[in-house]
Amino acid sequence: MKTFLSLLLLLSTVVFSPVSQEKGYDIGAVATDFELKNIDGNTVSLSDFKDAKGFIIVFTCNTCPYAVAYEDRIEALNKKYASKGFPVIAIMPNNVKTKPGDSMKAMQIRAKEKGFTFPYLMDADQSIYPQYGATKTPHIYVLESTDRGPVVQYIGAIDDNYKDPALVKNKYVEIAVDALLNGTRFEIRKTKAIGCSIKI
Amino acid sequence: MKYILVLVIFLSLSCKFETKDSVILEVHDFEGVARYLELKGSKTYVVNFWATWCAPCVKELPYFETLQANYSDSIEVVLISLDFPHQYETKLKPFIKKQNLKSKIVVLDDPDMNSWIPKVNPQWDGAIPVTLIYNESKRLFYSRTFSYQELESELKTFF
Repeated sequence: MKTFLSLLLLLSTVVFSPVSQEKGYDIGAVATDFELKNIDGNTVSLSDFKDAKGFIIVFTCNTCPYAVAYEDRIEALNKKYASKGFPVIAIMPNNVKTKPGDSMKAMQIRAKEKGFTFPYLMDADQSIYPQYGATKTPHIYVLESTDRGPVVQYIGAIDDNYKDPALVKNKYVEIAVDALLNGTRFEIRKTKAIGCSIKI
Repeated sequence: MKYILVLVIFLSLSCKFETKDSVILEVHDFEGVARYLELKGSKTYVVNFWATWCAPCVKELPYFETLQANYSDSIEVVLISLDFPHQYETKLKPFIKKQNLKSKIVVLDDPDMNSWIPKVNPQWDGAIPVTLIYNESKRLFYSRTFSYQELESELKTFF
């Protein structure tokens, strides 16, 4: 009876809790690999990058103003860290029926305009972003390659000033990747930022 | 001369109308906005975080307006805009004017988002829209969108 009651209690919190329970990865989780279509027509998987020490996974899109504000900084991350073993992999998670501005064609055009040097993939059946627990664009996951697979080491924002790169005080992603490259500890594992909800 | 006088009167009148119609924004950093999350009056406060660039926010905004109109004695709706400063003149003000928004509108401009998002609610990941409903005895945070019926039935649980 007691078990039944606590089960009921648990059930009621799940059902009636107005805030959706946090799903997806936490720090230390092993992230799933994927096979997603890139803007060049090829499919890309994490396992393609045999020598990668890790990855900077960026859920982003063309149409969210915050994502746009960070485009140049995402490209700069790839320029700085791909050669060091931490490539940027961008994934567009939106339903293109809801957001036609995020179609494969639009992604190709935007990538060309901005000169993206990283893969810009489409989560076409929207099956990958929920596994990661991404809820908005931009939403970053820094993964570290280990024997167990890619382990989540940082989740959140790129830095602490979307408006002006010159006023940034904490480059969260760079701090994380530098620490992982140097084998040192770092404190800020999760950050919050305003973004555009992923369109379903 | 007469014409000039008429013109001057006309211009001064139109200036007056212009002042009356133009939208004046109340812009704060988080410290300035925080008071709207802790109002101590006897009403129930319905605080919605939105932006003109957020399609689901714009869709549900009229429901908050209707709610304010239907429960004007017992609630106060506060719409906290997260619009970008460079779009205050080009997007936000024209939107407020065009939609003829009647609710209290406050604009939040504070780029260090990780410092204040958890203070609004620890569960909030930063996606909008979100809504906070509270009064002196109850407080709930909603990371979701509403229809008018849904919003009204949530509100009624606070009375």
